[in-house]
Amino acid sequence: MLSSHKKILLLSLGVSVFLALVPLLTKRNDFINILILIFLYICLAQSWNILAGYAGQVSLGHAAFFGLGAITARFLWVLGYPFFLAFLIGGIVAVVFALIIGHPALRLKGIYFAIGTLGFGQILKITVGNVLPTVADLPGDYIATYSLIPRYYLFLVLAVITVAVVYWINHSKLGLGMVAVREDEEAAKASGVNTFRQKMIALVISTFFAGLAGGAFAFYQVSYYHDLPFSPIWTFDALLITFVGGVGTIIGPIIGAFFYTIFKELFARTFPELHVFIFGILFILVVLLLPGGLVEMAARIRKLLTSKKAVAPTV
Amino acid sequence: MSWQVFAQSLLFGIFVGGLYGLAAVGLSLVFGVMKMLNVAHGELLMLGGYATFWFFSLYHIDPFLSLLPSAFILFVIGMGLYKGLFSPLSKLHEEVKIKNSLLIGFGLSLIFHNLAIRLWTADERSVSVIYSGWGFSLFGLRFPFIRFSGLVLATIVILALHQFLTKTYFGKAIRATTENWESAALMGINIEKTSMISFGFGAALAAMAGTIVSVGYAIHPAMGLEWTLKALIVVVLAGLGNIGGAFFAGVLLGAVESVSTLFVGPYMEVVGLVIFLLVLELKPQGLFGKSIA
Repeated sequence: MLSSHKKILLLSLGVSVFLALVPLLTKRNDFINILILIFLYICLAQSWNILAGYAGQVSLGHAAFFGLGAITARFLWVLGYPFFLAFLIGGIVAVVFALIIGHPALRLKGIYFAIGTLGFGQILKITVGNVLPTVADLPGDYIATYSLIPRYYLFLVLAVITVAVVYWINHSKLGLGMVAVREDEEAAKASGVNTFRQKMIALVISTFFAGLAGGAFAFYQVSYYHDLPFSPIWTFDALLITFVGGVGTIIGPIIGAFFYTIFKELFARTFPELHVFIFGILFILVVLLLPGGLVEMAARIRKLLTSKKAVAPTV
Repeated sequence: MSWQVFAQSLLFGIFVGGLYGLAAVGLSLVFGVMKMLNVAHGELLMLGGYATFWFFSLYHIDPFLSLLPSAFILFVIGMGLYKGLFSPLSKLHEEVKIKNSLLIGFGLSLIFHNLAIRLWTADERSVSVIYSGWGFSLFGLRFPFIRFSGLVLATIVILALHQFLTKTYFGKAIRATTENWESAALMGINIEKTSMISFGFGAALAAMAGTIVSVGYAIHPAMGLEWTLKALIVVVLAGLGNIGGAFFAGVLLGAVESVSTLFVGPYMEVVGLVIFLLVLELKPQGLFGKSIA
């Protein structure tokens, strides 16, 4: 077990170091932009995965926390606070909101939680769109000093930390408790798991990273409508990526984010939004036929090839 | 604010509320019979609207005449969707079934949304007929002909559905399945067939609402989520599976939203959503009947 742990750790370290060297190897901005987008989607999808994949609470209001992080970070940063501080406060604001709605929201079970959080997300989106109907532009001197490289590293570090946290959850007692809640809340409760606490912790961790991802987005995107980060599209992206990749797994959202971004860029000129269409179809297939997503498919293929016993994730 | 402004808002609210009700009744029917929540319901409504738009712009068929053909097309599409995507879920445990139906509906909504952008562009469209501007006044209130007819039509459809559900054999089979599908199956009701046709009816009801929206208001590819939310709010207010209640709750939501525009302006949609969350919180599960114990 230790050796496989070490192997994974070494491999991840190698990939991270390689990714950290990318800006030194290439000067192509399009390439850097694609990687930034992949990191953003990894972080967004993983944060959703913690709540939905591990703790089993399918939230359709994830964009609200992404938006809160974005609006807070952008506002403070443009006011003149150091970006990193603004970024962290963005994550904290998202958590504060999660703590406020956590109790009433988590009382709702299953689809009630899903449609309730969808309603909550829409309330925030409409409100922000009404209060701030304008475009969030960066001041001139911010644009003059704009460089992709710090954005690249911010997103890379954020993605690595998010994945590390999911890895930790996956191997901890906390994660075990979350999975127990996901599999059978009543049975978990009966076995002494404080189910509400497990769900609340998942919600807090999940929304913290969603908020940070929003803050990073506000740092990266020069100009956007204030209500854009609150759009339910962000929730849907996270959901599609996580499910198609493999919900409740560490590697699933990473694979999903990679393909999602590649499809998005591939069809950006000829057929924008085709990636959503493709992932929509894949998503339905996954729900109907392959609950473990691409990860499970890979495991099945490997099993067929080596006919060794593969461990398929169960959702 | 004069009495007249208030009454006029209320009236317009009731007109649009009839459509909320019509949309919600379809969603409620589907949930009642098969305990599945189809969140692509708003997209089915959108497809109905575009079907009417196509009938009108390609073949110059009056929207009120294409109401039934559009509904029939969506009826067939609905049955196909049920057979292909939702029927495989029917054997699952109830909680998993609801959740997976939500996910599949969600995937469908994204697919239809993007399909609609591809087929009809993202522009807002509306069927404008020669009588679009017609209307009459009563007690100093304006009754636009199309919106008024929309409400009348919606009412007729609901009454017809009520007659169908209470008076015909098949309607009774639908109600029996809603009450308790296991007992219904033991009584010899074909659950699979009942579910498929109910799903078709749900889609057809959405299509009728979509037709009226396309002529009285406007349609666009992103409207699906808005209408799904409206239908969800209404259905939660009324209690899922409560068909007559859904229609009245729809009218109520339309009226409340419209009147609240006078007080909170652009936040009128927030009003409906806040009511929705309050009802979810204060009467949790109870509103959805006994589906989740």
